[in-house]
Amino acid sequence: MLEIKNLQVKLEEEDKQILKGVDLTVEAGKVHAIMGPNGSGKSTLSYVLSGKDGYEVTDGSAELLGEDLLDMDAEERAAAGLFLAFQYPVEIPGVGNMTFLRTAVNSQRKARGEEEMNSTEFLKVVREKAKSLKIDAEMLKRPVNVGFSGGEKKRNEILQMAMLEPKLCILDETDSGLDVDAMKLVADGVNALRDEGRGFLVITHYQRLLDHIKPDVVHIMHDGRIIKTGGPELALEVENEGYAHLIEEEA
Amino acid sequence: MALAQPKQDATEARIAALELPEGGWSAPARKDALARLRAMGLPHARDEYWKYTRPETLVSAEAPKAAVFDAGEAPIFGERDRLKIVFTDGVFDAEASDELALEGVEIARLAEASDIHWAKDLYGTLEANGQTPVERPLAALNTAFATDGILMRVTGKVSKPINLIYHHKSETSDAILHHVVKVEEGGDVTILENGPAAARFNKVIEVDLADRAGFHHVRTQGRDHERRAATHIFGRLGTESTFKTFTLTVNGVMTRNECVLELNGDDAVAHVAGACMGDGDFHHDDTVFITHDAVNCESRQVFKKVLRNGATGVFQGKILVKPDAQKTDGYQISQSLLLDDDSQFLAKPELEIYADDVACSHGSTSGAIDEDGLFYLRARGLPRGIAEDLLTIAFIAEAVQEVEDESLQEEIVERVEAWLLRRRG
Repeated sequence: MLEIKNLQVKLEEEDKQILKGVDLTVEAGKVHAIMGPNGSGKSTLSYVLSGKDGYEVTDGSAELLGEDLLDMDAEERAAAGLFLAFQYPVEIPGVGNMTFLRTAVNSQRKARGEEEMNSTEFLKVVREKAKSLKIDAEMLKRPVNVGFSGGEKKRNEILQMAMLEPKLCILDETDSGLDVDAMKLVADGVNALRDEGRGFLVITHYQRLLDHIKPDVVHIMHDGRIIKTGGPELALEVENEGYAHLIEEEA
Repeated sequence: MALAQPKQDATEARIAALELPEGGWSAPARKDALARLRAMGLPHARDEYWKYTRPETLVSAEAPKAAVFDAGEAPIFGERDRLKIVFTDGVFDAEASDELALEGVEIARLAEASDIHWAKDLYGTLEANGQTPVERPLAALNTAFATDGILMRVTGKVSKPINLIYHHKSETSDAILHHVVKVEEGGDVTILENGPAAARFNKVIEVDLADRAGFHHVRTQGRDHERRAATHIFGRLGTESTFKTFTLTVNGVMTRNECVLELNGDDAVAHVAGACMGDGDFHHDDTVFITHDAVNCESRQVFKKVLRNGATGVFQGKILVKPDAQKTDGYQISQSLLLDDDSQFLAKPELEIYADDVACSHGSTSGAIDEDGLFYLRARGLPRGIAEDLLTIAFIAEAVQEVEDESLQEEIVERVEAWLLRRRG
């Protein structure tokens, strides 16, 4: 589903190589986790895949369902089925959450040449999905992420994911700033979306999120490369022993 | 001090082009105002208070022509239950207006001069007070020469808004209107204003709030491009009174809106806010002066300007806290969203504080569209144009939210959305 080959990326503004040849394939129906210490390039990978400005791809490729991602604008990637759950969701004052969600859903539908969702239908679907994430009507009415707690922001990300029904979901440090209960709620939301036709790339520092969202494959990233790939046991190894020995092994 | 000759000449030329209404209760006030005007002289480009806005076209003897603008959309506020008062090129239009009668308020016209009137003690008084410490000659000119205006004495809670609607039909119209609003103790009124008024418009509103009185004012200016407007609001606030004004300005080659408030009673609240949308040949100036002269009062100034294609925005805002105005809570923010490198925002925020137990904050910023917000929205599939528009709405939100009535907020945002949509390629 997602196929990344030898992806090399530097910052546009300075001569600093962040990704130094990433190879990664995420199959439909699978959950891949990427773990790694700060500064290893995990978040950069998520930004480059979703089309954020400020990065220059110097080599390699990234394809989603056979389409060249790197050639598309951010909104085209979203319409093609890519979703990034942000580590720091942005506050948009003055724009109602519901308006935003509907604009997003219908923008994507329009881009794919599908019929737009009417407001009655939209309302029905959004209420149903919001309920399972414990997002109340008040939160749907409020401006996007404004005055939301850390947990509410992350739940709101998952609601967007549920509404947009992407093919590939990237979760960037979704566990950061969450207490145990909030994390469980978010994880339940993600698990509900696990599906044979959908792939996940879960980026995290810690193993604890992976207790709730069980990965099929775990990758360790260091210094812009994936240095080790294994099963869920690799996450436990990191939890118990840290990254240092893995990095030494690689060196 | 004698005026410089060119300034005096320009002032006399302007005065000569006007006719001083005679007789009636307002005559003494007009005469005084004319004397004030002659002593001050009309604004000149070298005046400090006119550093960022060139006054020439606002003071010239003849109004520069302005094409009549067809908005091609229904006027704002049209769907709500309100009392309509219509002026066309500054002339009262009885046909188009509702009967000037509404429970809780006495309404009369300035032009219908009798010898006695409640407004006699008010007309020109707040304007005259507002001439110090900074001169506002265009307001004195207005008091002297205003041809008409609405006088409202509010005695109770008025059940529906009073909507002053302006129409512009003549390319050369030069309108001078002066409204007076007196809200008695416990009274509350909402005034709405909209529509292009004239080729050139000089307007003053004087608002006198008794204790526990409420005044809510929402105004839109535009979308005519060629108009020139100089407006003043003078307000005096009694104990526990509330004064809220918001202005949405779209387009306009020259607009200067001044708001001069005195908080004279303890625990009074004043909010002055505005959002403007400028594209190309656009100059918009918000000049605000708020004087705290009582204990435990709150004032807020919130101004947002969206500028593109070489548009210019100006903000001059001052909070003056007098020695006895302890526990003052003053807030002032002026921000511009510059959508290209050609547009400019000129801001002069000022605080002058003589009391020692006050909380005053102010800030002023200029910036482009927030890149993080833009990426967030695009990553959700919103095309760049729609995403930029939403972020523009988000930018002005703080100002719009100063309007208490949410349905009015929505109407304002709809107008802004439509303005943005017309410009989205």
